[in-house]
Amino acid sequence: MDGAQKEQEQWDLILRPRTGWFDLHLQDLWRYRDLISLFIKRDFVTFYKQTVLGPLWYIIQPVLITVVFTVVFKKIAGISTDGIQGYLFYLSGVVLWNYFANCLNETSHTFVKNAGIFGKVYFPRFTVPVSTVIINLVKFGIQLILFVGFYIYFVARGSQVRPTLLILFLPVLIFQMAVLSLGAGILISSLTTKYRDLTFVMTFAIQLWMYASSVVIPASKVPERFLYFYMMNPMASVIEMFRYSVFGVGVVNPIFTCISWVITLVVFFGGVVLFSRIEKSFMDTV
Amino acid sequence: MPETVIKVEGLSKRYRYGVIGHGTLYKDLQSWWARLRGREDPNIKFTSDVGPGLEGEWFWALQNISFGVQQGEVLGIIGRNGAGKSTLLKILSRVTTPTKGVAKVRGRIASLLEIGTGFHPELTGRENVYLNGAILGMTKAETKSKFDEIVEFSGLERFIDTPVKRYSSGMYVRLAFAVAAHLEPEILLVDEVLAVGDVEFQKKCLGKMDAVARGGRTILFVSHNMSAIRSLCRRTILIDKGKLLMDSSTDQTVAHYLDQNLLEGAIASSEQIESRMEGQINRSNPSVRFRRIALLDENSVPKNSFDSDEDIIVSITFECLRSVQNLHILVNVVDENNFPILSTQNVDDPTITTNFYQLSQGVYDALCILPGNTFGGRRFFLTVCLVNLKTEHVTVKKILEFEVKFQGYNNSYGGTGDVFFRPQLKWIMRPVDKRGLNIPQR
Repeated sequence: MDGAQKEQEQWDLILRPRTGWFDLHLQDLWRYRDLISLFIKRDFVTFYKQTVLGPLWYIIQPVLITVVFTVVFKKIAGISTDGIQGYLFYLSGVVLWNYFANCLNETSHTFVKNAGIFGKVYFPRFTVPVSTVIINLVKFGIQLILFVGFYIYFVARGSQVRPTLLILFLPVLIFQMAVLSLGAGILISSLTTKYRDLTFVMTFAIQLWMYASSVVIPASKVPERFLYFYMMNPMASVIEMFRYSVFGVGVVNPIFTCISWVITLVVFFGGVVLFSRIEKSFMDTV
Repeated sequence: MPETVIKVEGLSKRYRYGVIGHGTLYKDLQSWWARLRGREDPNIKFTSDVGPGLEGEWFWALQNISFGVQQGEVLGIIGRNGAGKSTLLKILSRVTTPTKGVAKVRGRIASLLEIGTGFHPELTGRENVYLNGAILGMTKAETKSKFDEIVEFSGLERFIDTPVKRYSSGMYVRLAFAVAAHLEPEILLVDEVLAVGDVEFQKKCLGKMDAVARGGRTILFVSHNMSAIRSLCRRTILIDKGKLLMDSSTDQTVAHYLDQNLLEGAIASSEQIESRMEGQINRSNPSVRFRRIALLDENSVPKNSFDSDEDIIVSITFECLRSVQNLHILVNVVDENNFPILSTQNVDDPTITTNFYQLSQGVYDALCILPGNTFGGRRFFLTVCLVNLKTEHVTVKKILEFEVKFQGYNNSYGGTGDVFFRPQLKWIMRPVDKRGLNIPQR
């Protein structure tokens, strides 16, 4: 009896039909950290090997969009940019939004895109979206440098924008975007295993989400009574905080920050729980 | 006492037939909206129509499987295609979860379910070794320490910095297997990987698995290759239609499987023959190779049910890969317990000339005629041997089964004739006197 009990304790892995909602195996993720770094390296190397213009596109795309936004929204529609140079204002939004949208878009395809490999080998599925979010930092870094270039240029030309101390929290902002896009991405990825039509919804949902995230219209132009509702969108808060930290202008308020973090974490944990639930049965339904 | 490293208890797995419902969001919203308004769900009708057949939509890929594996054991898993072998390995390797039951594992498991998983064509061999290693659960440091060994095993030293998209499929498989073979898990799951690569490489793989097993690690080996199973595993389980049919020594399980899986047709293909080959086989450089074994009637029509007055023709097609000096072909008729009933050889023929056994390179068809009015009415099995004297000796046991229907002789009552032999023999009947002496007949 004693021996039997001892034996029971020693099992390293017990495979059961259905485990609880919170059986996340996150310690596995740490054991597979090398895999994450190799995924990152793979994506980086394959990207680098394939396209000549690759890194250049990262610069052309936000610049073009910024020009279009400036012409359409500022020059033609006359929408306020909080007194900031149009190019700087839109570029700041576009750069941040790009990172978020790219991560969200890529992580939301985790299951469908990797069905082949997931069906053959076990490794923590979570490594794939996590590495996606990290590799996108490279792109984001390039675009951030572009933004800094623009920033220096306009300051030298006599622009009145000045950074505030909040800029020290830039890493926190980036971290929040990563967590939010990862959470939302894996949430959608899990849902798309059941609802394939969500994939089509995603494309324009991301577009619409952008217009509600202060990329084009600053929060200061949102009517007071809708402001709390508006700031429930964590990306709106992130972009406003970023603008405040680099330009000194923006709607920043500790309450908004708290709201955005609460929602970010709710989305993230919701995503993680659903994802780890789906990853167990996913192979039978895909 | 060796400890149990895998314990499977009542494991079952249920799958659904056909396309699994990717419910559309629209339909679910429709149902939800209908419920909300207290209306009948428009989608329920659809499902209740299917109602009675719903049970039939599911099938059990595995049913109540239980077994244990000891540390260091090499367990063979055999069964027909679709029996559930791969499902079992998929559950153990965590790719999917069981529907019922529990599997407990001690130690790290790695699987060779599909080798080369995660290989990226743009990456070089070197980069893929690291990536693949990591996918299979190795850390970078572990892969690094094994890297030279892996490359040497694959034999691709010169191409290691070439992107794998330029590799031939054979090179690709060799590199992939090399990585997998150098994993150091406590438990290794192997599924059919030996089907790939050339003969020499297959030998290397078997050798590697043997070495891994000798190193005290546990292997679960799924294969259709009975000779590989026989040479590697001491214990083998047989799975059929999702159920554990047998769990015994490899010899017993394999014999049971082969008997149960007797070929229904009258023709055995080279693959079917290959899976039953035993004896002294020179796998890397054989001199003779079976192509086909068939049972024919007088009109050369393949069949396996004969009337007792028909001739039965055993046709053995084989290839000499080089000239052979002394080739003996044996045909044995055995009963269900492998007990030999009849044996005949090509060199027995009274009209024998050297061209019966001295053969140059080429394909030959040897015909052996088992004359009618020989066998009784029962089932028989055919065992065939090719012997290249002093070098090779290939036996294919119970490769075909045939049935003889006893027809009776001279329209008299003959019974069912359920005996091995029921030949029409010469009989003499004569009267004798009291002393037993012949009475001369007039």
